[in-house]
Amino acid sequence: MEKYDIVVIGGGPAGLAAAIEAKENGASNILIIERDRELGGILQQCIHNGFGLHVFKEELTGPEYAERFICELKKQGIRYKLDTMVLDITEDKKVMAINTVDGLIEIEAKAIVLAMGCRERTRGAINIPGTRAAGIFTAGTAQRFINMEGYMVGKNVLILGSGDIGLIMARRMTLEGARVHGVVEIMPYSGGLTRNIVQCLEDYQIPLYLSHTIIDIKGRDRIEEVIIAQVDENRRPIDGTEESFKCDTLLLSVGLIPENELSKSAGIKIDPITGGPIVNESMETSVEGIFACGNVVHVHDLVDWVTEESRKAGKNASAYVQDRLIREKKPISTSAGKGVRYIVPQKIRLENVEKNLDLMLRVDNVYHRAKLVVKDNDKIIKVIKKNHLAPGEMESITLNLEDLERVVGKEITVALQQEEV
Amino acid sequence: MYDVTIIGGGIIGTAIARELSRYKLNTILVDKENDVANGTTKANSAIVHAGYDAKVGTLKAKTNVAGNAMFDTLCKELGVPFKRIGSLVVAFSEEEMVTLKELYEQGKINGVPNLEIIQQEDVRKIEPNLSKEIIGALYAPSAGIVGPWELAIALAENAVENGVEIRLNTEVTAIEKNQEGFLVTTDEGHFQTKYIINCGGLFADRINNMVNTPSFKILPNRGEYNLFDKSVGNYVNSVVFQTPTKHGKGVLVLPTVHGNLLIGPTAEAVDEPRAVETTIGGLKYLKEKAQKVVPNFPFSTVITSFAGLRAKVATNDFIIEESKESKGFINVAAIDSPGLSAAPAIGKMVVEMLKEIAGNFQGKEDFNPNRRPVINFMELSNEEKAAMIEKDPRYGRIICRCEEITEGEIVDIINRKAGATNLDAVKRRARAGAGRCQGGFCGPRVMEILARELNVDITEVVKDSKSSYLLTGPTKSSKHQEDSDQLVAVSQDK
Repeated sequence: MEKYDIVVIGGGPAGLAAAIEAKENGASNILIIERDRELGGILQQCIHNGFGLHVFKEELTGPEYAERFICELKKQGIRYKLDTMVLDITEDKKVMAINTVDGLIEIEAKAIVLAMGCRERTRGAINIPGTRAAGIFTAGTAQRFINMEGYMVGKNVLILGSGDIGLIMARRMTLEGARVHGVVEIMPYSGGLTRNIVQCLEDYQIPLYLSHTIIDIKGRDRIEEVIIAQVDENRRPIDGTEESFKCDTLLLSVGLIPENELSKSAGIKIDPITGGPIVNESMETSVEGIFACGNVVHVHDLVDWVTEESRKAGKNASAYVQDRLIREKKPISTSAGKGVRYIVPQKIRLENVEKNLDLMLRVDNVYHRAKLVVKDNDKIIKVIKKNHLAPGEMESITLNLEDLERVVGKEITVALQQEEV
Repeated sequence: MYDVTIIGGGIIGTAIARELSRYKLNTILVDKENDVANGTTKANSAIVHAGYDAKVGTLKAKTNVAGNAMFDTLCKELGVPFKRIGSLVVAFSEEEMVTLKELYEQGKINGVPNLEIIQQEDVRKIEPNLSKEIIGALYAPSAGIVGPWELAIALAENAVENGVEIRLNTEVTAIEKNQEGFLVTTDEGHFQTKYIINCGGLFADRINNMVNTPSFKILPNRGEYNLFDKSVGNYVNSVVFQTPTKHGKGVLVLPTVHGNLLIGPTAEAVDEPRAVETTIGGLKYLKEKAQKVVPNFPFSTVITSFAGLRAKVATNDFIIEESKESKGFINVAAIDSPGLSAAPAIGKMVVEMLKEIAGNFQGKEDFNPNRRPVINFMELSNEEKAAMIEKDPRYGRIICRCEEITEGEIVDIINRKAGATNLDAVKRRARAGAGRCQGGFCGPRVMEILARELNVDITEVVKDSKSSYLLTGPTKSSKHQEDSDQLVAVSQDK
């Protein structure tokens, strides 16, 4: 049985940031377990730039961003195992992993940081009808083939879903000489960042079909044709609006799902909305000493926010193993009110909040000229005015400790209010 | 010159091939597809029916009940997942209870063991998640679930281990009668055979008509399915049918042998024997019908949908007989439900027919009924796992995260007899890519392993059929890299 103070599961941006921060805050015996052949996670296949504006105040590519953390990790002498898959974790923080060199590995940890990231929603999960021909890829898989393996996946492409990976891949496929016929989005608004709509679609004259979906896929061996149709307000296809695209490839960018099979095996409580563990102010899950950060908790749109959240998890995991995390008091809950889909963290123990606390949240629709209102029962704690809010862009509200200490109720609510016109 | 030619490598063709491999015969199985088990066998309800459903005296009744009893031994010999979990036909009204009683009587005459009609409270004990409106059920403990393509693949592999030849990607285009039997022409050349067994599935009428007057017409009937995540795999414990109507057996809810949950099928006549696409209407229908039985089921846990075709005929019974016009040509056609359950019995039956036609043939002393065991790494004990990795480190590398399938297992199923040559073939044999991410993560890695093991370029690795290409060539930057590598090589040569 190997023994570590902190075991970090996942060597992507979340795991790297958490491990480094834990080390910097005094934890010493740390291990990162990564299932891929290298550290860095999905950043390694994101060769476009635009990463790091908040954390590094400059624009980096994904691999460059990862490299900074990997260098720091090596400088700090933090240990890691590559090509190693965690099979099971238990509530008492035993980790079972496997690789080709050590065989089966049993590890006892004082604290665990979950940083497994997320996976892409598939064709099956959204039940797209049609044939099962070759040529249907999730956008991330296509990105891996093109940017990591060096192979193109098709020549005439349609993309379903206007999530960020789909938008990035529209541009990438175009630059590689493919014809991208369009991006099809079932919602009346895009799920991606505005900057990606502009830089990846508009700059290349790629049409965005809002309120449309795929109703049929044709082709026996390889896709030959994809039929789309406009949808009504209930997202049902409208007869007579069908449009056909002759294409050999369909990329799917239809959502990301936090990968929590391991979390569930440890009995960790999952938030049905985020699909990730319920966490507190310290990014600790419902199981004491097991922390979580990054896309395994909730899907982020900027890696910088993953980094910040993961630093918090790393710092607190370190505090936990040094017995510095306070855990007696009953926590305050955060509750998503009207117009808000979810809030992370879901629990706050004031004793562990230093100066202030960020609430991360997503709204449920596109809003203009609206307010995010934080309330303790009927008492307003904070109001933030926003010109534009969209589900594709994560929002944060910073609450300071004094405000939080004045809370008398068991929960605080964040709700959206439309401004009077 | 072959003694026996089997046309079609589905569950029926492979079951017959394996039975014939017990004898000193020169047997070949040909299939137009890139793998065995690639038609109806890969898309069906995966049930071993008890046998109460078929009309008394039919071939279906006879072979279903006999076939069902053979599954334990067969699946053990071949290392195929099979679970006798029982089935329930549920009734919502007194009228439906009357139908259950009829099925019960029919089942008893057909020889189905231990049938029982049970009341509401006993149904709830077996299946707590079913609708509260159910008033009773027909319980058949002998019904089971099996991996249908795994069974066909295992039968094929064991047949090859015992001397049968399999030729894939070989489509029969003409058959000619001659003095010594038949001349079979394919798109890959022709050969001579004494006997032909037509297991052409959806194409069985076309194969028959190549040499005989049309005597039956296959009417393809599509069934669409939804497969759900393992997190809801134990939502039901047995195969749950609704009371049949004149339209068929209706939509079922059942666990699969790998712990997923399956809901289906629809039933829709289609014109094309390859029309295996799913439809908006079909998938909507499934949900509506299943909700009657499992009203609170979380349909959002779906991981994939698929469709298969039943090879129906108007007479609604199996056709297993020698052609009246061509001696030595046996049709094994119209094998729709319960074809999978009946397959082992059909295999035996066809061999007996062939013996009658050809005279008795000699058995092989060295016939081995046991397939070389397949390793399910995750089912081993920790000690066994450690020992396995020690012996072959590739068992320590997980390729498919969702199903936890190792590189060692994937390499093994590629290098077996009748092994995998494409992505879907790997999925069917080792389940890599069959999980919740549907190959999103492991697809590129599996392709890499296939290319390496088969010694082909990765761009030649296909999804399924030989034209189902996945990659279209190198990217601009990797082409550029190759070009500059070549330039370096050329200048070094100079």
